[in-house]
Amino acid sequence: MKFAIFSVANRDTEAAAAEYDRCEAGELPAPEEFVKMLEFQEELVKAGVLIGGEGLRASSLGARLTFGKNGKTTIKNGPFTESKELIVGFSMIEAPSLDEAIAWMKRAPTANGGMLEIRPLFTDDDFGPRA
Amino acid sequence: MNETQRRIEAVFRIEWARLIAGLARFVRGDLGTAEELAQDALVAALETWPVDGIPREPGAWLMQVAKNRALKRIDRQKRWEKKEIVLTQALEDQQGRAADVIEAAADDDVGDDLLRLVFASCHPALSAESRVALTLRVVGGLTTEEIAAAFVIPEATAAQRVVRAKKTLAEAGVAFEVPRGKELAERLGSVLEVVYFIFNEGYAATTGRNWMRPDLCEDALRLGRILAELTPNEAEVHGLVALMEIQASRLGVRTLPDGTPIPLFEQSRSRWDRFLIERGLAALKRGEALGGTPGPYLLQAGIAACHARARSPEETDWPRIVALYGELAAAEPSPIVELNRAVAISFAGSPAAALAIIDELAKLPALQSLHLVPAVRADFLARLGRREEARADLERAADLAKNDRERALLLERAASMQN
Repeated sequence: MKFAIFSVANRDTEAAAAEYDRCEAGELPAPEEFVKMLEFQEELVKAGVLIGGEGLRASSLGARLTFGKNGKTTIKNGPFTESKELIVGFSMIEAPSLDEAIAWMKRAPTANGGMLEIRPLFTDDDFGPRA
Repeated sequence: MNETQRRIEAVFRIEWARLIAGLARFVRGDLGTAEELAQDALVAALETWPVDGIPREPGAWLMQVAKNRALKRIDRQKRWEKKEIVLTQALEDQQGRAADVIEAAADDDVGDDLLRLVFASCHPALSAESRVALTLRVVGGLTTEEIAAAFVIPEATAAQRVVRAKKTLAEAGVAFEVPRGKELAERLGSVLEVVYFIFNEGYAATTGRNWMRPDLCEDALRLGRILAELTPNEAEVHGLVALMEIQASRLGVRTLPDGTPIPLFEQSRSRWDRFLIERGLAALKRGEALGGTPGPYLLQAGIAACHARARSPEETDWPRIVALYGELAAAEPSPIVELNRAVAISFAGSPAAALAIIDELAKLPALQSLHLVPAVRADFLARLGRREEARADLERAADLAKNDRERALLLERAASMQN
């Protein structure tokens, strides 16, 4: 089973807000935290679990498209200041069950009030076979 | 099972292979004892963790508990003045030899233990089915119940295969080590064979896949990916991973609802899993970058990659596929490879040359009863405008076909040659 892992920053606590601001400023984590993150990734790769993933640049460099009712599309450039939560990265893992995905991701060196969201992916089986 | 238990079992499962690998070295390669000790550690975890919480380093916790159990067992055995077993030697050695102290200090090379475990479970002394069962059990972390479900065999049979495999290894005195030099290539071949067999079992069984049947393709891919990290300099390992990733990218779209295979050229390419294809191409690149003469897995992955890269059947790089089949035929000669090479040659624009190859192949006794040979030959003939001969071959193929659907399709094609 494949799972997408979303790394979400928020402004719920002071520590989390500092982390949020760091992501939004487009800064990489402090060296020691960065090393921990790489080590964790390496552990996942060695276990054959991690199969993909990326980190996201600041939302100020991105844009949001909102599709309105009558074909009207609103384009809004970042930063997405109205959002309390901000996706700052995502990865893809393969694990036999949600329990195992949780067991792995619990080890993530996500500090400072960050949050990880684990979501199973649809598979071809869900759509039923078709030509 | 309640939530806490499930969480604990999940932690246990992700630690399983490393735990077994570390313990196996501790007890000198006795996989049976290693597995018992690991199970003991799980029981201890199920007793302790719900109260104390899951420790910060569950792997180290489990290993420590299991090793303590091992030492206790030796004590008990000594008290009962039973015969000394391998465990005793392990203990004595560990107490007595300075070398082992140094080894213990370098204990953190988990990768080596895991690799030893893989080589042991895929040992040539074991039968093919034992290798598969033991590998899934000790490296893949599947229970015997799950192995039974995956291969649709009784659980007792699966359990017996695992037990017998461990016994055979113990009796043969198989060393718990990573082979070196010339032996490495041979033994690695056996490991890759096991992994690819597991993948193909899963691939063949995808129709009628259900939640009760563990996904062998995923297990094989995971084993392959682990192996690629353990032996990053072995091109064939990357070749196998590439081959499996690319084949897995077509998993969902290669059959009709009734299980009839859809030919590669009729599959909806937009539904191939681009993500897996990219992973496959990356693994292929990694393998090719190591240089040397490409082996069979790397070559097959190269062929699969040609199809994966083509956005439509017409864009397929047939000359490259012909060349790769040529290399494959040289590395591992087989009539099926020749047959595929002939097909590639015909698609590359030379049906006459393809016909010459297949006419030679048709003489082989082993291929006499294969409907594929006249069916493919008919295709070449049709391309050359020799429709009457093509029709005769298609009818012959229909006679040889093993299932009704295939027979009907062949007869349909035969009929279409008449007008």
